[in-house]
Amino acid sequence: MILAVASGKGGTGKTTVAVNLASVYGAPVQLVDCDVEEPNSHLFFRGTVTERETFAIPVPHVDESLCDGCGECGRFCRYSAIVSFGSNPIVFPEMCHGCGGCMEVCPRKAISEVDKRIGEIESTRLEKITLIQGRLDIGAAMAPPLIRAVKARLQEGLPAILDAPPGTSCPVITTLRGADLVVLVTEPTPFGLHDLKLAVEMVRELRIPFGVVVNRMGIGDNRVHAFCAKVGITILLEIPDDRRIAESCSRGELVVDALPEYRSLFATLLWNIRELRGMEMGVSNVRSAN
Amino acid sequence: MKIALSTSGETLEAPLDSRFGRAPKFILYDLERDYFEVIDNRQNLDTSQGAGIQSAETIARSGAACLVTGHCGPKAFRVLSAAGVSIYNCGEATVADALKAFREGALKAMDSADVEGHWI
Repeated sequence: MILAVASGKGGTGKTTVAVNLASVYGAPVQLVDCDVEEPNSHLFFRGTVTERETFAIPVPHVDESLCDGCGECGRFCRYSAIVSFGSNPIVFPEMCHGCGGCMEVCPRKAISEVDKRIGEIESTRLEKITLIQGRLDIGAAMAPPLIRAVKARLQEGLPAILDAPPGTSCPVITTLRGADLVVLVTEPTPFGLHDLKLAVEMVRELRIPFGVVVNRMGIGDNRVHAFCAKVGITILLEIPDDRRIAESCSRGELVVDALPEYRSLFATLLWNIRELRGMEMGVSNVRSAN
Repeated sequence: MKIALSTSGETLEAPLDSRFGRAPKFILYDLERDYFEVIDNRQNLDTSQGAGIQSAETIARSGAACLVTGHCGPKAFRVLSAAGVSIYNCGEATVADALKAFREGALKAMDSADVEGHWI
């Protein structure tokens, strides 16, 4: 099972849920930090990086002696990464998504590709957890290609927990694609509810089954619960607003280690996730049987 | 010679828009014929990235020799420079005032971008 932990709002506790869930998983599990702009799952584990590789995307390089300035490349590129108006094209590598389209459409074969480094992928082998994380270089802006490369490191057949970036834009969509189930972490506040609704729209669009974890129960109001009840969303877990949880996180300690009484809470979450997954699979089996 | 001015309106009394890439419109003024046309730049208002580059391409294709605007970022500057368009900073309030300042030689051509790029 590939499980993704996401949220609309930032700072709701995605990483807290992901790392603690990986810790109580029991069986070997892959923990994948897809928040490549600021990966932080590694802060909770003491291990040394066992593999490190650089990641580059292909960007266009124009052979000016072959170019006749026809402008096909610029007309094709929807990101304005290459511009041509009767002259040699101007390339903006930082805008390039690496699709290779300009190279394909160039009638004079004047465009080739050169690698532009945008980040690194690191793997750390721990006792039962394999931590894989992407790290986007400072100044690089294209998170999705690096996220795809990080996910390509996933070993098939082994369960995985993906720690997604916040929000509902391309990096999150890239993370969630292919996941079997999504856990949306939120907090019981108006901000939490507002962004949860956006996240719910997103996962529905992606047609991935999902449930909600309400973190910091005790603050705010009950509108998140009312919303979930009204539209029929399963609440997988409530995590109390306990200052000691924040303190253990700030020290880089797993909640399940620092506060053993919470071990059963995360084990319950795992149980509820498996149950929801089973129900969803049952439903889809019925659907396919029909 | 034609000069382009960034604006939110369609007349010479309209405000000069200090933004270049996301200016809603450009007025393309023909100095010899004292005549102008309006270029719509609406398609660039909602792009997430590359508004400066695309607006610069629009200006380059319009045949303008000069651009008068509030500010110009690094990517737009590169494209405009490659197209041979001179860029003039201007703090005047309206298109007419900016045009007057340009005619009197009160504006100075920029030799580099005067604001940072967005996103990257």
